[in-house]
Amino acid sequence: MRFKTRLSLDIAFKYIFKITGLLVLAALAGILGMLVYNSFSFFMDVRPFDFITGMEWNPTGKNPKYGMLPLIVSTTLVTFGAMLIAIPLGIGTAAFISEYASAKVKNILKPMIEMLAAVPSVVIGFLGIVLVGPGIADLANLPNGLNALNGAVLLAVMALPTIITIAEDAIHAIPKTYKEASYALGATKWETLCKVTIPAAAPGIIAAIMLGVGRAVGETMTVLMATGNAALLPDGMFDSVKTMTATIAIEMGEVPYRTTHYFALYAIATVLFGMTLVANLVGEYFINRFRKYHAA
Amino acid sequence: MQRKKFKLSSAVEWGTLLLSTGLVCFFLIVILLEIIMKGSGSLSWNFIADIPREGMTKGGILTPIIGTVLLTMLTALFSIPFGVCCAIYLNEYAENNWLTRIIRAAIRNLSGVPSIIYGLFGLALFVQALQFGTSMLAAGMTLGLLSLPYIITTTEEALMRIPASMREAALAVGATKFETIKDVVIPSAMPGILTGVVLTLSRAAGETAPILFTGAAFYINGVGGAVNNEFMALPYHLYMLSTQHQSIEEVRPIAYGTALVLIIVVFLMNLTAFYIRYKYRKNEY
Amino acid sequence: MNIKLSAQNLNISFGQKQVLKNINVAFAENEITALIGPSGCGKSTLLRSFNRMHDLSPDAKISGNLKLEDLDLYDKTVPVTEIRKRIGMVFQKANPFPKSIYENIAYGLKINNLPHGIDVIEKALREAFLWEEVKNDLKMPATRLSGGQQQRLCIARAVALRPEVILMDEPCSALDPVSTLKIEELIMHLKKKYTITIVTHNMQQAQRIADKTVFLYLGEVKEEGPTSQIFNNPKEEMTMNYIKGSFG
Repeated sequence: MRFKTRLSLDIAFKYIFKITGLLVLAALAGILGMLVYNSFSFFMDVRPFDFITGMEWNPTGKNPKYGMLPLIVSTTLVTFGAMLIAIPLGIGTAAFISEYASAKVKNILKPMIEMLAAVPSVVIGFLGIVLVGPGIADLANLPNGLNALNGAVLLAVMALPTIITIAEDAIHAIPKTYKEASYALGATKWETLCKVTIPAAAPGIIAAIMLGVGRAVGETMTVLMATGNAALLPDGMFDSVKTMTATIAIEMGEVPYRTTHYFALYAIATVLFGMTLVANLVGEYFINRFRKYHAA
Repeated sequence: MQRKKFKLSSAVEWGTLLLSTGLVCFFLIVILLEIIMKGSGSLSWNFIADIPREGMTKGGILTPIIGTVLLTMLTALFSIPFGVCCAIYLNEYAENNWLTRIIRAAIRNLSGVPSIIYGLFGLALFVQALQFGTSMLAAGMTLGLLSLPYIITTTEEALMRIPASMREAALAVGATKFETIKDVVIPSAMPGILTGVVLTLSRAAGETAPILFTGAAFYINGVGGAVNNEFMALPYHLYMLSTQHQSIEEVRPIAYGTALVLIIVVFLMNLTAFYIRYKYRKNEY
Repeated sequence: MNIKLSAQNLNISFGQKQVLKNINVAFAENEITALIGPSGCGKSTLLRSFNRMHDLSPDAKISGNLKLEDLDLYDKTVPVTEIRKRIGMVFQKANPFPKSIYENIAYGLKINNLPHGIDVIEKALREAFLWEEVKNDLKMPATRLSGGQQQRLCIARAVALRPEVILMDEPCSALDPVSTLKIEELIMHLKKKYTITIVTHNMQQAQRIADKTVFLYLGEVKEEGPTSQIFNNPKEEMTMNYIKGSFG
C-alpha cells in the first residue's frame, strides 16, 4: 500500500472510531429526548401531579383516568417481595461460594449461576403460568395464582444471578488480612463472616442489591405473564397487580398513535427510566466506594 | 461440652449458607427439569422443520426459529461494528477528558435502561420516524441498540488485557496506529471479543419486550425471512402461545416445546462462549 | 567518526514531573553505546525519545533537538512511521506478535511495502543467529519459542527493516545467563552494520559489549566516555559509587 494511503487510512479511522463513540451519546440522548418530548405532550393534557398521585388507571373508559399510583405501587410491591426472597438467598450463596466452597464446587456453582442468568425472561414468565402460579393457587386456596407473589418469586429468580455475582466479587475482594486478624482473636469462621467480612463488603453488597432492584423494576415479560395485570391498588401479595412495564407492554400494542393514552405510556416509561436510573446510580456509587477502599 | 456446642452451631451456620446455595441451584434445576421433561415430548424433527399449522395448534415452529436466527444475525450486524469500534475508540484513542467520561457514563446508563424502553425507542425511531414499519429490520436495529453497551464493555475488557508491549512491537516496525490495532491488537483480543459477542447475542435472542411493538407477529404465512416484513420469533411465540392464544390449554405442549428449543438455542450459544473463553485461557499469548 | 544519532538540550516531562534535564548526547556510527544509571534515572525515557515512542503518552512534553544525522526526528513533516523504520527497537521483554515466526519478520516488511520473500526472511533470521534453530518451523507460532529465541526473533524483526540505528531497552533483563551471552554475541556482531544504543542494568554487560558508556542520574548526564574509562577511571565520585554497586 502506498504510504499516503496508509496515512489517510490511519486518520480516517481515527475519526470513524470517534464517531461511533459519539453515536453512543446520540443513542442515549435520543432515548431521553423521546421520553421527554412525549411526556411533555402528555402533560399538556394531564397535570403531572394528578398523574403521579391519581388512584385510578383507566385510560380507555368514557372518562379516561390517568392515575399511575396503582402501577407504581404494583411495581414497588413486586420488587419488594422479590428482594425479600433474593437478598438473603443471594448473600448466603455469595458467601458460600466465596468463603466455604472448594475450588471444585466453585467450578460447578459459577457456571450454574451463569446458566440461571441466561434463561430468557419469557421462559421464566412461562413457568410462572404453568408451575409457580398453580402452586400458589393450591397452597393458598385461590382460584388462580397470577398475583404479586408469583411475580415476586419469578423476579427473585431473575435478580439472583446479578446479586450473587456482584456480592461474591465484593466478599471475595476483602483482604485476607482482615479475616486473619479476626481468627487471631479467636473468632470462628462464621463470626468472622458475619462480623468482619460482610460488614467490610457492605458497600459492594448494597451495590449488588441496587443493581438487582434495577433489574427487577425494569423487567417486563415475567411480570406481564405472571401477575394477572389488574390495574387496581393491590392490598397484598395475593392480589393481582399490573406493573409499569406490563402496562406499557399491554397497552402500546392497542393504542392509537399520538393520543393522550399513547403519550401517557411514554410518561410511564419516563418514570420507569427514572426509577431504574436511580437504582443503578446508587449501585454504581457504592461500587465505586467499595473499589476505593479495596482496590485489588 | 464446649466442643460439642461449637460443632452443632457450626453445622447450623454452615447449613444456612448451604441451604441458600441449594435453593438457588434448585431453582435452576426445576426450570430445566420442567421444560425438558414436558418439552421433550413435543420435540421431533417435524416440530423443528415444519411451519405452524391450523391456527398454530398443529405443525412445528420452523417460522419462529428462522425468525429468531435471522433477527439475531441482524442484531449482530448492527451491534458488532459499532460496539467494537466504540470500544477501540475508548481504549486506544480516547484521552481522559470530560467527553470520554460522558461517553462512559452514557454506556453504563444504557446498559441499565429497561428493555421495554428500548422497545418504545425502536417504535418511535425505526418504525415511525424512519418509516421502516413494524419489520424485522426495525426489531433487529432495536435489539442491536440494546446489545451495544454490552458489546462495548466486553470488547473493551478484551482490549485492555492486551499488554502495551504488543502495541509497541507493531509501532516500532513502522506500523501506523490503525495498522497496529487492525493487525495486532484486534487479532490478539479476538477470543475475548468473540466471547462477549456470543454472550450478548444469546441474551438478545431471548429478548421479547423490545420486539413486542417493533415487528414480532402473532402469526405469518409460510416460513418468513423477509427483512422488511413482520416476523415470528421464538420468545414472542412462547409468550403468545401461553397468554394470547384462543385455546391456551390445547397449545400448551407446543409452548413447552418452544420453550425447550429457545433454552437450547440460548444455552448452546452460552456454551460456545464458555468454550472460546476456556480455550483462550489455555493458550493465552 | 560519524555522529549518527544525537540529542541537544533535550528536556522531557510527564505532566508536572521533569524526567530528563538538558541532555546532550551523541552516538557514533557502528558503535555500541550503553546507557547506565539507577532505576528511574531516565535512561529508558531517553532511549524511547529517539523513535518517538512518547507520542503514545498525551502528557509527555518534549523540547530540544533530536537528530538522526541531519534529520530532525520531531519535524512535523516527517512521518513517525518513517522514523521508526529507520530506528528499530528491541524491548525489555520479548514481544513477538501472536503470529507465526515467518509472519513476525514479514509484518514490518509488508506494511512498509518492502519485499518480504523467503530469502529476505532467511537473511534477517541468519543475522539474528536464529535461522538454524527455526528453519523447519517457520509456520509455528512465535510464542512457542523459548525466551531467548523470542528475543532474537524480535532482533531479527528489527533487523529485517534494514534500520540505521537499533535501540535496545534492557534486552537481556528477562533472560537466563546462557541466552544473555548469545544475545551479547549477536549485538557485537550487529554493530558492524548498525549503530546500537543499549540500556542496561548489568554493569558486566556494559563492560563486555559497549564502546562508549553514558551514566545518567536523576535525569541528567553525569558522565560519559569510553567504556573502559568510565569503569576503570571515572571522573565523578557518583559514577564510581554506582558502578561499584553502592546504590542503584
